[in-house]
Amino acid sequence: MFSIRALKRRDGFTLDVAIEVATSGVLGLFGRSGCGKTTLVNIVAGLLAADEAHVEIDGIVLEDSRSGTRLPTERRRIGYVFQDARLFPHLDALGNLRYAERRGRGVEKRISLDFVVQLLGLEALLERRVQKLSGGERQRVALGRALLSQPRLLLLDEPLASLDIARREEVLPYFERLRDELSIPMIYVSHQFEEVLRLATHAVLLEQGRVVTQGTLDDVSLHPDLRAIVGPEAVGSVLTATVEAHGGDIAGLAAVRVGANVLHVALRDARAGASVRVQLLARDVILATARPENISVRNIMTGTIVRIANDDADTDMIHIDIGGPLVLSRVTRAASAALNLQQGTRVWVLVKAVSIRGHAFVRNPPPPGTVRKLTY
Amino acid sequence: MLKTATVGILRAAMTGPELEALRLSLSVALRSVLASLPLAVAVAWLLTRRRFAGRMFLDAFVHLPLVLPPVVVGYLLLLTFGMRGPAGRWLYEQFGIQLIFTTAGAALATAVMTFPLMVRAIRISLEGVDPGLEDAARTLGAGPWDRFFTITLPLMLPGILAGVVTAFAAGLGEFGAVITFVSNIPGETRTLPIALYTALQTPDGDALAARLAAISFSLGLIGLLVSELIARRVQRLLGR
Repeated sequence: MFSIRALKRRDGFTLDVAIEVATSGVLGLFGRSGCGKTTLVNIVAGLLAADEAHVEIDGIVLEDSRSGTRLPTERRRIGYVFQDARLFPHLDALGNLRYAERRGRGVEKRISLDFVVQLLGLEALLERRVQKLSGGERQRVALGRALLSQPRLLLLDEPLASLDIARREEVLPYFERLRDELSIPMIYVSHQFEEVLRLATHAVLLEQGRVVTQGTLDDVSLHPDLRAIVGPEAVGSVLTATVEAHGGDIAGLAAVRVGANVLHVALRDARAGASVRVQLLARDVILATARPENISVRNIMTGTIVRIANDDADTDMIHIDIGGPLVLSRVTRAASAALNLQQGTRVWVLVKAVSIRGHAFVRNPPPPGTVRKLTY
Repeated sequence: MLKTATVGILRAAMTGPELEALRLSLSVALRSVLASLPLAVAVAWLLTRRRFAGRMFLDAFVHLPLVLPPVVVGYLLLLTFGMRGPAGRWLYEQFGIQLIFTTAGAALATAVMTFPLMVRAIRISLEGVDPGLEDAARTLGAGPWDRFFTITLPLMLPGILAGVVTAFAAGLGEFGAVITFVSNIPGETRTLPIALYTALQTPDGDALAARLAAISFSLGLIGLLVSELIARRVQRLLGR
């Protein structure tokens, strides 16, 4: 269990949060710039003094204002990957890794230099001066360095924010590997919902220093406040699904089970039985009050409208229960009125396979102390 | 060309009084730099990285020798470290150390005078060291001394070297504070500028004065060239 409570007042800004989640997996800390994400992780790392704080990981209290406990950062064993990498400029890449390795030595050794080099593909970079590394390479070295300090928790503060999109795609898979192959809990800070969607097992939505909602991504994706942050085009319910079959008659298309329904999703590299996360964007979900015939849409489900919320002046956000999970559909008022959509109306829910974004995802990381696939 | 010229000047100049003055100046400058360096690093660090009451006062105090007439500094040293001054008496009674009229005293006066130069140079380079790197070292498990010696110090090395070279070069020529505090004793406190001054006061001392001036000139030039070379080497080492 991982619990953080923090209160910090500064120049008219107040951070006041309480977060409690399971330690395993990745906690996505999401919110727009200036909402207090970095302040919060700096308090967790001990780099910033809070007015009041309680930071506890698996029963180990790192900070507690009431009892006056406050471990200095260097004794917290919290790895930190900064947005700007912060590699030591007077050392080469290997020197940076060794710096952390030497200081993590007192700890029961679990992650070796060789393992990190292999995991993050650093062989070719080791002898290089850090000034000669690209942005993405820097972040990989910074990540390796953080791992070698043998952290009990890894803080990733917008590690991809200073990279362009191509570089991001180059680094993201390494974070996914880390999540799937190591048992180190992580807090991943981002203002890009896309990244949270790909990496996080749980999410906290932070706004103006306060927790708006926290829970599984499936739950957080339905929260009405998300719209204001990601914009109306990116709102959509996130569903956790299991791959039933992959490839088959159409390569690159997978059949995934969500509750009682089977969805066809464009998905690469997924094995049958694997957990995946799919997002149905509200703008891509089509509703019908009669069973549609002769239509190219691959996914046709049935459901019941449970809620109709105002989206903006011209559109409604309709919540449909498809037998467990909820799906959002954004429709114009005119369409809503024409179909006479109301709470309790039975509808057919249509989604094109190609408009569903799927991400391979290991839902349950290995328990602490075990590592799979790679040996070290 | 430069080399043969320097060697020629040195050979011509390396007779008794010149050699003695040169040796003394080098010794005084070296001792003052070595003694003040740790303190200068500490003060530069305090002024850059800490916010505390009296910080502005410390800052002003450190810079005083730049604006005070050197004679005033020498006089204050005399009051403090003279045989009847509080610090001077204590040092003599406790450790048998006498600063007044000694080479060590000349080094002290030189150290005080060159201290602001050293602090300034070190401070500028320390201001260029991103505290974020120290934070990064903290998260990796490095304690305060560890990160100071493995991160902060190596990164401020250019400033330290610049400070050392500047202070050393300036220390070779320190005059007013030295002569006021430790007087003009051949073989003990008669450094290059004091020897030059003495020669000028002596009938037929013109030739000696010229040779001493030539030595000072050469030393200054060598100092500047060496500092430039070191700076380049260090910049490359730090990968900038």
